[in-house]
Amino acid sequence: MSATETAGQPSVDVIDLRIALTGSGVDVVDEISVEVRPGEVLGLVGESGSGKTTVGMALLGHVRRGGEVVGGIIRIDGRDLSALGERELRRLRGGVVSYIPQDPGTSLNPALRISTQLEEILEAHAADGGQERVMARVRESLEEVALPNDDEFLKKYPHQLSGGQQQRVAIAMAFANRPHVIVCDEPTTGLDVTTQARVLETVRDLCQSHQVAALYVSHDLAVVAELADRVAVMYGGRIVESGTRDQLFSDPRHPYTRRLLRAVPDIAGKRTVVGIPGHAALPGSRPQGCYFHPRCQFARDDCRAEFPPVTDLGEGHKVRCYHVADAVHEAPPEGAGQIGKPRVGEDVVLAIRNLDAQYGDSQILFDINIDIHHNECVALVGESGSGKTTTARCVAGLHKNWTGEVSLRGTALEHSARERSGEERREIQYVFQNPYASLNPRTTIGQTIARRLKLFGRGGGREIGSKVAECLERVALSSSAADRFPDQLSGGERQRVAIARALAAEPHVLVCDEVTSALDVSVQAAIIDLLGRLRKEMGLSLLFITHDLALIRTIADRVAVVTGGHVVEYGPCEQIFTSPSADYTRKLLANTPSIEVALGHVTTPSP
Amino acid sequence: MTDQTVEQALDLVPEAGPEAPPPRLQRFQWLGILRNASRLTRTRIGLAMVGLIVLIAVFGPLFAPHSETEFIAAPNHGPTSDAIFGADALGRDVFSRFLYGGLSVLWMSAAATLIGVVIGTAVGLVAAYSRNWLDDVLMRLNDVVLAFPQIIFVLLAVSAIGPKLWLIVLTVGITHAPRVARVMRGAAQQIVERDFIKAEEVAGEKRSRIIMGGLLPNVTSPLLVELGLRMTFSIGLIAAISFLGFGLQPPTADWGLMINENRLSITVMPWGVLLPVLAIAVLTVGTNLITDGIARAAIGLERSNE
Repeated sequence: MSATETAGQPSVDVIDLRIALTGSGVDVVDEISVEVRPGEVLGLVGESGSGKTTVGMALLGHVRRGGEVVGGIIRIDGRDLSALGERELRRLRGGVVSYIPQDPGTSLNPALRISTQLEEILEAHAADGGQERVMARVRESLEEVALPNDDEFLKKYPHQLSGGQQQRVAIAMAFANRPHVIVCDEPTTGLDVTTQARVLETVRDLCQSHQVAALYVSHDLAVVAELADRVAVMYGGRIVESGTRDQLFSDPRHPYTRRLLRAVPDIAGKRTVVGIPGHAALPGSRPQGCYFHPRCQFARDDCRAEFPPVTDLGEGHKVRCYHVADAVHEAPPEGAGQIGKPRVGEDVVLAIRNLDAQYGDSQILFDINIDIHHNECVALVGESGSGKTTTARCVAGLHKNWTGEVSLRGTALEHSARERSGEERREIQYVFQNPYASLNPRTTIGQTIARRLKLFGRGGGREIGSKVAECLERVALSSSAADRFPDQLSGGERQRVAIARALAAEPHVLVCDEVTSALDVSVQAAIIDLLGRLRKEMGLSLLFITHDLALIRTIADRVAVVTGGHVVEYGPCEQIFTSPSADYTRKLLANTPSIEVALGHVTTPSP
Repeated sequence: MTDQTVEQALDLVPEAGPEAPPPRLQRFQWLGILRNASRLTRTRIGLAMVGLIVLIAVFGPLFAPHSETEFIAAPNHGPTSDAIFGADALGRDVFSRFLYGGLSVLWMSAAATLIGVVIGTAVGLVAAYSRNWLDDVLMRLNDVVLAFPQIIFVLLAVSAIGPKLWLIVLTVGITHAPRVARVMRGAAQQIVERDFIKAEEVAGEKRSRIIMGGLLPNVTSPLLVELGLRMTFSIGLIAAISFLGFGLQPPTADWGLMINENRLSITVMPWGVLLPVLAIAVLTVGTNLITDGIARAAIGLERSNE
């Protein structure tokens, strides 16, 4: 925090930046003004389509194909980017301004050794220095990111490193030329929490020790709360609220910020998540007036007329809302997921006994034992590669190579879905992680659901149309969605359709495989809310697979923590948070970023 | 060559930035591809070329000044007002024979292409979907057929059974099939891994419906490209077989046959060879341009989806 007080010229100074689509002139981002001082981390937060990445890339003098900067000034170290030619911009990038990409797996060249890639970026910018000096710098920069710098490591190729190591190589490359400004584009999104914690620490240390101004673009508020000195929240291509971290998280003023914070699950808080109804304002389909007004409970006529001007609340806390005073008095929305959690039944609906699973010769699961009672939600939590998804696939009959027993109401199930009876298949339904891949792009929503109804003998003939509408209404979609194709729907809507398709079979067990990990937090909260409601209405038992510990508090009754194919902890949800027994669970809890912990409102659950 | 790349499937939270929002994909993606292709200049030129030859082949006989077998002048007689492109090696009107001789090449190539693409697509999709021993068996059988050069395979069949037109159409089609199957299998393999196919498997959907409803509509862009490409190859093959004398038998008029009949007198009377050669060249260049246009439109559609 001391960095905030550093006086002098800001390293990044953006004034009234406007980027629009070439041709149509529709703005992608507009009226963006940000300042970042040396040693300071500015978190730029927003959901997908908010324009946060566009702003981040603009600092590198880059605009994606189809767009152009049509107004405003971007100054890096006092130099106006628009005055620089392509040659000078190239020199600037990787030298004065550098970039940490989201996915190191695609940003590192798979055909070059680590040392070659680091040498290249050093040589591209270094004025002098022989081979030895460059090699010394290569080793030094690897040491900075806590990677080994011996010859053996330098000779490795990217694919020989883990995801976290790859990301740290990318960070080493970004910091190699001692940049003054660094743009981080969700660098920890693809990483497990344990790795994420280490990567964040590295970024923070390097920014502080080298007095680098960092713009940290992220959708993850908890990460930003842990890392940033100041935060700017974007909605619909504009910054709707900005301020210091404490101002923004402890005293948020904009209705959007307030709702967004209510949508973020937090391991330290007991509150449950609440979604934001309505659609995000995407470029080209933004409403007149304040972009948030269709989703805002305080919307008045003035909100519908014109976008609110900046209101300065003092001490750098700026909001763009007419009704700042009202928003604060809003009663926080109820946590819908937890209110009236259905009572868990006595009888075991699904039992997993001594489950071992293999992929080829390697064993993935070891002796998994889980019971799911009637109306119960059991969460399976683990990092990538822990075997949680394989467990779900064995239950659904998608993965066939397993031994042990999976039984539905006492009847052992066949290994593959095709060998099971139609009734058994109907009883267990599966919702996939990625709604962008789980719906056939060439079939309308109505056809997809109608086919599922017919397949399970739940309706056909004349009344099929009304049955489909019923299925869609169950997941809070309008029946007009039936005529649409998947690409005409947003991610959240697609996931609702996927749930509607699963529920068309009227199952008893719903297997949810990371169903919200591809969605924005506000949408995630709405989906979780929906699942909670459906569970109560339809008497569903859920097997809820997730990597996000914070999320399960809202929905789960019992939790199984999985790592390396073993269940290391299995017990009631609260117990996992209050008195975890396994070291691994404690480590997960400690590494999961939390807004509450970052602000010092609560201490980490356990060391 | 599939409608959506794997990368796109992995791009979980697409940032709706300057890249245009995804356009609506029609249920019949191929209609969209054809529409986009028809806006490209190269496709239009190709269509004009193919259209010209088709018009000549279909309606030409109506305008032929003579019968295809009528002797009208001395062999290899030069052009006259009665026979504007002269007489062929036997004294028949070159122009009339040219007008009569196109239809056989066209329908035989079209039929062979259709057979090849249908069989090949079926084999490719079934192989891609099965992912087990069946995949291996089908693809190794493919390799056996692939081992023969196409024309050798056709000539073998014709010399064993006889110069029947249906046999030529069938064998040309069959030799196309494994080539089509490879492409379609490759395209379908990416689709098979997508979750919507798994979703249908979990529900116990019929295999035939998964292949017809899940796979086929999602591989239409490589399918269209294959259709055009195989048509081009068919035309060349069928004409070559006729030229070698295994196709239509004299005295029927046929472009391939005409080239053969008049090739010895090419220095005296070039028109008998030149006309059919030009027609076949225009036709194949035309189909190739259309195919190229379709391929570009398909890639364009993919790009705009990303």
